[in-house]
Amino acid sequence: MTICRQGKGKRMISFKHVSKHYPNGTTAVDDLSLELPEGDITVLVGSSGCGKTTTLRMVNRMVEPSSGTVSVGGRDILEADAAELRRGIGYVIQQAGLFPHRTILDNIATVPLLLGWGRRKARARAAELLELVGLPAGSGKRYPHQLSGGQQQRVGVARALAADPPVLLMDEPFGAVDPVVRTQLQNELLRLQSELRKTVVFVTHDIDEAVRLGDRIAIFRTGGHLVQCAPPAELLASPADDFVAGFLGAERGLKLLSLSTLAGLPQEPADDKGRWRLVTSGRGEPLGWRDTEGPDGDEAPLLPVRPLRDTDSLLSALDESLASPAGLVARVDADGVLTGVTGRDRIHEHAGRRHAEAGRTNASQAPDPDASVTA
Amino acid sequence: MIELLTNLGHWLTSGAQWSGPDGIATRLLEHLQYSALATLVAALIALPVGLLIGHTGRGAFLAINLSGFGRALPTVGLVTLVFLASGLSMWPVYVSLVALAVPVIVTNTYAGMAAVDPEVRDAARGQGMRWHQVLFQVELPLALPLIMTGLRLACTQVVATATIAAYVSFGGLGRYVFDGLAQRDLVQVLGGAVLVAVLAIALDLALAAVQRLAFRNRPAPSQAH
Repeated sequence: MTICRQGKGKRMISFKHVSKHYPNGTTAVDDLSLELPEGDITVLVGSSGCGKTTTLRMVNRMVEPSSGTVSVGGRDILEADAAELRRGIGYVIQQAGLFPHRTILDNIATVPLLLGWGRRKARARAAELLELVGLPAGSGKRYPHQLSGGQQQRVGVARALAADPPVLLMDEPFGAVDPVVRTQLQNELLRLQSELRKTVVFVTHDIDEAVRLGDRIAIFRTGGHLVQCAPPAELLASPADDFVAGFLGAERGLKLLSLSTLAGLPQEPADDKGRWRLVTSGRGEPLGWRDTEGPDGDEAPLLPVRPLRDTDSLLSALDESLASPAGLVARVDADGVLTGVTGRDRIHEHAGRRHAEAGRTNASQAPDPDASVTA
Repeated sequence: MIELLTNLGHWLTSGAQWSGPDGIATRLLEHLQYSALATLVAALIALPVGLLIGHTGRGAFLAINLSGFGRALPTVGLVTLVFLASGLSMWPVYVSLVALAVPVIVTNTYAGMAAVDPEVRDAARGQGMRWHQVLFQVELPLALPLIMTGLRLACTQVVATATIAAYVSFGGLGRYVFDGLAQRDLVQVLGGAVLVAVLAIALDLALAAVQRLAFRNRPAPSQAH
């Protein structure tokens, strides 16, 4: 049995000694105890057959536990009427599961209509959500098959949010879209979450997705065992055992850097000394690096630069410092105007310190909210 | 042969043949009345059964094999059997026509329900729909194209088979076939047969057109995710 350490918020969903056995003898979930804080994204990861989806589906009684207690908002879910319980919990699945015979607007209005809001009010709410998830108002009259996979998934999220439920269950919602769209949808989810602060349970088998989205990550092993549950930085810095380490992959250190930002990393003014000079536009936006010692002098073509902001990750800084001919990363403010540069060594040193801090945080078992910097 | 066709043409188009209590118009109306009632009763029996099997997933074996059973059922034999049991009434006609239509409707209704994407059904339950809401708001509308196909097939088969009403002394277009056979009047036999065939095909085409019109917004099944 593993108990997930509680976060800052009060607990919203709790599993107490929950097991799920099937008549054919398989155990999907084995004595799970887990508490999910309000307003956090908890990601359940693990290879297929590890019980993560079963765990998620037990929250809205799509699967009923064989033993133990699942409660949402302090109330045992078995005491509630299943249909009413589900109307109060947003549910997003892979492939979106939209109703093909209903327009996008009517799909989104599903739960409000079930709750008896009336057609006019439900439609108005659906139109709001269409905008919230970044779809054009005109798409409301279309049918699901007329939308791309990514758009359908946005509709799936809108439908789940329509009645403003406190809890959102997402079962591999971005598993079926291409990587570019997946990144967009992940960013959208983080943006929505910063506005809405829902308690989100998110299932995926993609550890990178888990690290990107999760306030905490619960790793499951085949047979329905929860192995470790911790904030991403802590998990990456000190995995509980070889299974977790293996699941996190060989580039654990780099993933950890993807969680820290450049904020607080010192910078120096870009000077005119040295071989490589950063050329900027009239407004001060970096345009590229010029080789002052090259045969062409001031006529030399510019080598590309990717300026970074304070909100960008240490991993992208490390990457840019390798790509940059001068070994320097150009830093810009929110408007894209150059503020200074940071050298490769300094980034490396800073990254090492972050790594060590994450490890120490875990060793002391006393989480300092500022130490686990999230992306 | 040419003479036969000429006579047939004359038989089908003569005004006298169409009017009166034995006229084609009357027989056509009787034929439609038997067919409509039989199809309606069959639908009332078969639709709930097909929907229930499709929704619960129980009895799928029955639903799949029923249509084969229905095809194998000898209609004339059934008419005779019910006739012997009930005497001279419309019962033999309706029982055998309904027995012919029920399996087709059950099988197609079940097939329509089985073709509903499990993810969509899962999503419907997950949004908080009760079982009857899942059935009537999601499964039934999605199964409707195949259900309509079943009703159309049943309708065509019933119209083509309703000639047996005349076998037990009632009306309908079968009258011409049986009377013609008794009177060795080949033109009358052919005339009756042509009328039944044309009626069945016309109904089939009309219902297919209605179906196309009703589901023009639907994606092709392969895209229906």
